[in-house]
Amino acid sequence: MNYKKLDQNDLAFINKIINDPERVLFGEKINEEYSHDELSDTQSYPDVVVKVTSTEEVSEIMKYAYENNIPVTPRGSGTGLVGSSVAMEHGIMIDTTLMNRFLELDEDNLTITVEPGVLLMELSAYVQERDLFYPPDPGEKSATIGGNISTNAGGMRAVKYGVTRDYVRGLEVVLPNGTVVEFGGKVVKNSTGYAMKDLMVGSEGTLGIITKAILKLLPLPKKAISLLIPFPSLEKAIGTVPLIIKSKSIPTAIEFMQREVIMDAEKYLGRKFPDNSSDAYLLLKFDGNSTEEIEKAYDSVAKICLEQGALDILISDTNEREESIWKARGAFLEAIKGSTTYMDEVDVVVPRSCVNEMVEYIHSLYKEVNIRIKSFGHAGDGNLHAYVLKDDLSEEEWEERMTAAMDKIYGKARELKGQVSGEHGIGFAKKSYLFESMDPATVEIMRGIKKAFDPKNILNPRKVCQM
Amino acid sequence: MNILVCIKQVPDTNKVEVDPVTGVLKRNGVESKMNPYDLYAIETALRIKEKTGGEIWAVSMGPGQAASAIKEAFAMGVDHGALISDRKFGGADVLATSYAISQGIKKLGDFDLILCGKQTTDGDTAQVGPEVSEWLNIPCLSNVSKIAEIGEEDMTVEMDMTHDIEIAKIKFPCLLAVDKDIFMPRLPSYVKKQETKDREITIITLNDLEDKNEKNYGLNGSPTQVERIFPPEVNSHREMWNGTGTELTDQLVTKLKELKFA
Repeated sequence: MNYKKLDQNDLAFINKIINDPERVLFGEKINEEYSHDELSDTQSYPDVVVKVTSTEEVSEIMKYAYENNIPVTPRGSGTGLVGSSVAMEHGIMIDTTLMNRFLELDEDNLTITVEPGVLLMELSAYVQERDLFYPPDPGEKSATIGGNISTNAGGMRAVKYGVTRDYVRGLEVVLPNGTVVEFGGKVVKNSTGYAMKDLMVGSEGTLGIITKAILKLLPLPKKAISLLIPFPSLEKAIGTVPLIIKSKSIPTAIEFMQREVIMDAEKYLGRKFPDNSSDAYLLLKFDGNSTEEIEKAYDSVAKICLEQGALDILISDTNEREESIWKARGAFLEAIKGSTTYMDEVDVVVPRSCVNEMVEYIHSLYKEVNIRIKSFGHAGDGNLHAYVLKDDLSEEEWEERMTAAMDKIYGKARELKGQVSGEHGIGFAKKSYLFESMDPATVEIMRGIKKAFDPKNILNPRKVCQM
Repeated sequence: MNILVCIKQVPDTNKVEVDPVTGVLKRNGVESKMNPYDLYAIETALRIKEKTGGEIWAVSMGPGQAASAIKEAFAMGVDHGALISDRKFGGADVLATSYAISQGIKKLGDFDLILCGKQTTDGDTAQVGPEVSEWLNIPCLSNVSKIAEIGEEDMTVEMDMTHDIEIAKIKFPCLLAVDKDIFMPRLPSYVKKQETKDREITIITLNDLEDKNEKNYGLNGSPTQVERIFPPEVNSHREMWNGTGTELTDQLVTKLKELKFA
């Protein structure tokens, strides 16, 4: 693709629109952080970073970029894991983190309207203070809501509450040619033509730039209790998950974890986890309006776990206890990252009934491929995170064994009728696995959609379904 | 070793509201929980028992509903529980509370070690523990952050005195008030909770105590008169500064000096 290389005239135009030198970063002023995201080794610098503060600014820049054929990459906090927010073709990077205002809390419609740069942790704190609840709960709390929408982030409450998509009611979007459109709205139901809002959710910044989001809220459950359930082995722990799902009780979360990861998290956080004496754990969370209601809900699940060989059921029923557990859970990714030299990740999702098969397969790969793999994840929704660790391997060994491990994991997921990504997205790093697993006809439709939105292919090129 | 742990039930919130008219804490509708600091005392007791054997008692003073804190202690592994409960103990200050608890402990027998949390999250005085040791005429150490050694006749502990660590040897019987994070408290166990569902809790009333003089308990036995309880003022003053990094740094340092932080 032939793009126009950004020059002094373009820079002057951008400076004229933004009219604030601190918000236009150029050349050496571009921090190294902007050249990559949280994990992937995808690395490429933009020519200019523009820290936008309004829809009008985004629209004017897009319009200019469209007319001049300059590539544009949108970016939030840069906490993605697959390279979606990396400027592969350089050009302009639009940083939305300064667009971080809460625009409207509509208590009549139970919606909140925010700008895309609001952080997930800011959003959940803001609504909780008002006895409301935004359920999506990805581990990375410093991600922007715009980023969460763009990857359709899932998180730890998906078993009961679903994922980001289920909480997006409407979006204001700047299209690649600069036109500002609204998709969806405050309405609960919508059968008005194609589901444009849903096309935007999970499109990883390739179809348009989200400048405003209307999100659905729920009343805040008054109480939450977690159960930390030690098992003698990973097999026993994970084997219990399908039975819990089948029992029709609905925890907000079913997570599994192994001792090694817990110990990494203890080291990373410098504080102890309430228990690390067993090889494997399930972590279940239930919410409701009173302790009695929740106790009744978890009792049958507790009995199933004990029948399946759980060593005990540990009860976390206060804020202090919840924090000691979930803070560690939220730090697993960083903790594993800190335990090795380099790593790559897998974010496969399989039908919930075979989550045990997938976990056991990944667990056994360690021996077969001779590479350290750590995994934990949202067992209850079938979405697994496995991290392949480089440790002291040479580049060659790493490349070879990592690829072998990845191929096997994605192969197994395909066999189980799973999908390449549950919540991290495809971005740049996972494209090859998408192409391998998806029907070519479907990929063609995706490319057609991309073309309809972005005929000049200037918005976040070479991502998701493009070569 | 026979260990006794003092525990208390407190409101499960960090936003206790005060009734502006009566000045009394609004407890209605607020769920209760065990004082978080006491969990560290229970954990310490359980760890010591794992090493030395013996039995653990958990004792609380409060209304009948405080029994649920003792049941929680059972679910963590405590062997026995007693609740010191009588309407005549109501309205007690730290002196009358510690006296009633010490009388109750005497009733339960002899203990080698009494453990308390650092303080409670509702009263926040950190006085009841040490005062119990006074009434029982046994030595006491506070701010205990580590159990270094347990001997036959005594134990060695570390105390976190903010600027330095003090190491002390203390003879049994004694009382220790342990710091937060001395050990990570274990979670209550569902299995133990089921097992101890029907375990009896010893109820101790005024009539069971050696000193039955009402004047020494509750409001009567409390020299402290609470004049007023009010939530502290919340300072929400904010300033927004603009400038370059250097300007902002200078401004910040000046401000910190002005506020006497530097």
